[in-house]
Amino acid sequence: MLQIKTEDLAPEVPRMASITLLAGRDKSGRGEPLPQLSVEAGQSLAVVGPTGSGKSELLSDIEQWADRDTVTGRRLVVSDGPTGRPHDGGGIVARLSQKTSFVMDSSVEHFLHIHAECRNRGQETIVEQTLDAANQLCGEPIRLGTSLQVLSGGQSRALMIADIAFISDAPVVLIDEIENAGIDKLKALSILSASDKPILVATHDPILMLMAPRRLVMREGGMQRVIETSPEERERLAELRRMDAHLCRARDLIRAGDTLQEREPAL
Amino acid sequence: MKVITIAGTPSSGKTSVLLHTLNLFKAEGIKTAAVKFDALATQDHDLYQRRLGIPAIRGLSDYVCPDHYYVSNLEEVLAWGHEQGAALLVIETAGLCFRCAPHINGVPAVTVIDNLSGLGAPEKMGPALKLADVVAITKGDLVSQAEKEVFLHRVRQVNQTARAFHCNGLTGNGVLALKRMIDQWPEVPSLTGLKLRYSMPASVCSYCTGEIRVGRNFQTGNVVKIHVANQN
Ligand SMILES: Nc1nc2c(ncn2[C@@H]2O[C@H](COP(=O)(O)OP(=O)(O)OP(=O)(O)O)[C@@H](O)[C@H]2O)c(=O)[nH]1
Ligand SMILES: Nc1ncnc2c1ncn2[C@@H]1O[C@H](COP(=O)(O)OP(=O)(O)OP(=O)(O)O)[C@@H](O)[C@H]1O
Ligand SMILES: [Mg+2]
Ligand SMILES: [Mg+2]
Repeated sequence: MLQIKTEDLAPEVPRMASITLLAGRDKSGRGEPLPQLSVEAGQSLAVVGPTGSGKSELLSDIEQWADRDTVTGRRLVVSDGPTGRPHDGGGIVARLSQKTSFVMDSSVEHFLHIHAECRNRGQETIVEQTLDAANQLCGEPIRLGTSLQVLSGGQSRALMIADIAFISDAPVVLIDEIENAGIDKLKALSILSASDKPILVATHDPILMLMAPRRLVMREGGMQRVIETSPEERERLAELRRMDAHLCRARDLIRAGDTLQEREPAL
Repeated sequence: MKVITIAGTPSSGKTSVLLHTLNLFKAEGIKTAAVKFDALATQDHDLYQRRLGIPAIRGLSDYVCPDHYYVSNLEEVLAWGHEQGAALLVIETAGLCFRCAPHINGVPAVTVIDNLSGLGAPEKMGPALKLADVVAITKGDLVSQAEKEVFLHRVRQVNQTARAFHCNGLTGNGVLALKRMIDQWPEVPSLTGLKLRYSMPASVCSYCTGEIRVGRNFQTGNVVKIHVANQN
């Protein structure tokens, strides 16, 4: 059996104060209108644009630490982070996408312990904190003894988000399309923001788009411009959230085998 | 010519990772060639030819021990690579038992393992993982971030010095890391006289020479017996 010192295993990935992506080319080879894009730790940025506009590609550039050597020609610069490109390790990003699921066969508790252990974190409190946070995001509470494999889609998504916020050591968070997860999106974003990492969310969901204080507009593979969410938009957001809640309620009722009342309370 | 050996469990994504990586070299106008060693069947050579338009061949060990077959044909394969005018020759191996490793001292060694193989997989994989210079971990698109991190940790417990990284064999996301490493690697002028990183098994029992019957009476040569007593 190999004997290994734990210090060797989880090299601390330093926090990054901010990440900056220097512009490259769009799909037709033209320079991008936006010369550079920065996201600070604890800030979230929505990445918006039609299908095929290059949102996922932008996240890839960050994940691969682009150095003018990806298809877009962009370059990633981080401040207050590792100076060189870390060849070793799981990379600099924690990524959450529609396809991810748990494949492990274990209880939530065992799983969180294993993860916390290899991150060298104080285990008891962090496992509780993570579970607590996850339970703020989903309807049905997750219990420590539950098997990962019986969690609902929303529950696993909630657990993954809480785990990224509290246990994962990747200094940047990338989220690619999680709209249909059935979790409290605003809380999810605020839990992730509290973990003090730059967060990028590629999305087609207007609520997620407006929840972030800023959004990057993509078109034909190029970064177009950054728009700050205006006070008017924040008001509209409240309205959209009410509509969303309304829709969710109707969905829950119908799903539960109930019927919709003729007169639902007005929005 | 640069040479790399690439090993990994069946269907872990070796070919997928190589296709994306070699494609990056192709885009730079660098000539590559691929060899696939396997036991009974493979279509990988065909994939390399069709998807990348590069020269590719296969070697099937058939009734010979795959590991021995592989090491016995390395010089031939290197000569073939030279004939193709390749600047980079990749040698993909499969069908080898994981008692062995195809990796050679002085030749950059890549091992591919996938996130779906279970948290116990790294420990079980043996020298192919333990002695690799680079470990590419695939299929991270299908598992949670947490499981990716735990899996990587387990890989590091087995091999502390390798550069381990996640990549996606389907989209190619992440293979840039491998490409950048290959860029830094030196050429391998000759394989003759180089040593395997791990010796191959001393297999000189009756089954090596074609015996197929089960039973003590048919076993001669180097036969090792299981210790059934006192195991509990
Ligand atoms: N989802 C997903 N599938 C992958 C990934 N990498 C490879 N695959 C799939 O896994 C299967 C096996 O991939 P291959 O690249 O043929 O694996 P291999 O290791 O070369 O297989 P052998 O040479 O036959 O041992 C294929 O269907 C791939 O599309 C990945 O990162 N994610
Ligand atoms: N700047 C660019 N130069 C060249 N190709 C690009 C560029 N940006 C994106 N692409 C390519 O365009 C295709 C679509 O991009 P991508 O998958 O990122 O779109 P998306 O916005 O995520 O779409 P969806 O909303 O459907 O997920 C990809 O094949 C990607 O590699
Ligand atoms: Mg996308
Ligand atoms: Mg293959």
